Amino acid sequence: MILTENLTKTFTLRKNQPPINAVQELNLEIKEGEVFGFLGPNGAGKTTTVRMLAALIHPTGGRAFIGNLQTGQDDTRIRRTVGILTETPGMYERLSAQKNLSIYARLYDVKDVPGQVEKYLRMLGLWARRIDEVGSFSKGMRQKLAIARALLHEPRVLFLDEPTSGLDPEAAKLVRDFIEELKTEGRTIFVCTHNLDEADRLCDRIGIFKSRLITVDTPANLRQKLFGRRVVLHLRTLDPQWLPALREFDFVREMQTLDNRLVIQLSDPETQNPLLIRKLVEHGADIQFVGELRHSLEDIYLQTLQGEAK
Amino acid sequence: MTLFSFKHVQTIIDKEWAEVFKNKMVLFTIILMPLLFTALPLIMLSLTAGTAVPGGDSADVPELFYSVCGTMDSTSCMQIYLVNQFLILFMMMPLIIPITIAAYSIVGEKTTRSLEPLLATPISTEELLTGKALAAAIPAIGATWVCFFIFQILIPVTGATQQVRAYVLGPTWLLGVLIVGPLMAIAAVNFAIMVSSRVNDPRVAEQMAAVLIVPVLALLFGQLAGLLVINLQLMLVVIACLILIDILLIYFGARLFQRETILTRWK
Repeated sequence: MILTENLTKTFTLRKNQPPINAVQELNLEIKEGEVFGFLGPNGAGKTTTVRMLAALIHPTGGRAFIGNLQTGQDDTRIRRTVGILTETPGMYERLSAQKNLSIYARLYDVKDVPGQVEKYLRMLGLWARRIDEVGSFSKGMRQKLAIARALLHEPRVLFLDEPTSGLDPEAAKLVRDFIEELKTEGRTIFVCTHNLDEADRLCDRIGIFKSRLITVDTPANLRQKLFGRRVVLHLRTLDPQWLPALREFDFVREMQTLDNRLVIQLSDPETQNPLLIRKLVEHGADIQFVGELRHSLEDIYLQTLQGEAK
Repeated sequence: MTLFSFKHVQTIIDKEWAEVFKNKMVLFTIILMPLLFTALPLIMLSLTAGTAVPGGDSADVPELFYSVCGTMDSTSCMQIYLVNQFLILFMMMPLIIPITIAAYSIVGEKTTRSLEPLLATPISTEELLTGKALAAAIPAIGATWVCFFIFQILIPVTGATQQVRAYVLGPTWLLGVLIVGPLMAIAAVNFAIMVSSRVNDPRVAEQMAAVLIVPVLALLFGQLAGLLVINLQLMLVVIACLILIDILLIYFGARLFQRETILTRWK
């Protein structure tokens, strides 16, 4: 659904200054119905990428496609196909929520303007406030309204630039729940976010980006690639003499002890765990429970960026 | 290739008016100034009606103006000379009124961060600029024409002579109000929008756009100083110049509106 081939954007601010490479040779393929998380630090070029994909600005190199439409050639048709939630809601504050959405519905050539406006105002819980000026809305309500605006024309592709940025936890949860709902509708969603927990929960795949794409994969695969899989065995007591017996297994590469817990890195826990447990039981260990140590996406993100910096 | 959509233009006009007319101060400037500019010539005509001018034809009227007066009596000639200054006010109205609206149109969207979502819609640059320009120009032209209509209705009440009444309904005035005024409005809104899309502060946009008043004031002072006369010939020259200026401003306005620069360079 979204395809980029060496997509590049360079800005030349002043003639006597070197150009700034905002996006360098980005190659990406996002399938229809996929939720893709685009992670990167401030100034990494995420918004520039979204603007290029939404046909707001043109690349200085490479190509980008939305479906079979190419940016730079089919810009108006692309803008009709995609919906975008910009970094800031940018609503008309003196106008009512209903008027704001009606204007955009007309600009997107929506056939049933009142119907679509009502649908999304109700869906996002704003119908009761429809005639109120947007200036009187809370940040969360404005963000919801901006999401409604991005959806009025039922786009197949949705770009969400920091959808929960600056929202309180309750408003952020409302927005997140709504994105999860959208996910079930089969739309392709491209989310730029700093909220790693959000990306972990919402996204099928994640790309870590800093001017160029550093890595891209599912959150689970990224975890495994960077940290492998770690199993924690909680024991009633831990006898250090058991450890050499466990090291006899070829697959035990790294082992740590922490109080009465054993942390072991494994490549295939589903097969290897029973062997470890059997061995420990043979040595008289009382195993209370076994779990998998899960690294947060934050760990993955920081590790990836640190690796990139080195 | 997409066709020009009048529906998009109409939506932009609707949006601009909904926003602008909610601002009472803007509404006040749109109504007050035209009413003031209409009242002034009426008051002046009332005060000078029936006044005999000492010195006959060679009174205070500049020599260049004699051609306009022809065989009129000195009072009518002086009234026409005085009322002719106010023709410039009627021509200035559609220039001054839309400047505030037009100057704010793009830079205002930048400051409220509403420009990016707007540019993300399928609207073309031409549709957007046309909508913005018409939203600013229509109220200005409308207000000017309404005031001119009020002026024509009230002129007999002032005691102005038949010759004066005929003159203000003559080709010079009709061309000035019906043709030059709208052309001035087009020039003003296009210039103001052009400035608005290049600056980051609405105040700067308004100040820069106000520069357009200078050539019109030159006409006013030129006539007061006796250097020129606003007659039919001059009006035709002004129309020709304005058409050229408007074409250039529309052309460069569309060229200078760089979506990408506006989105990426603005902080």
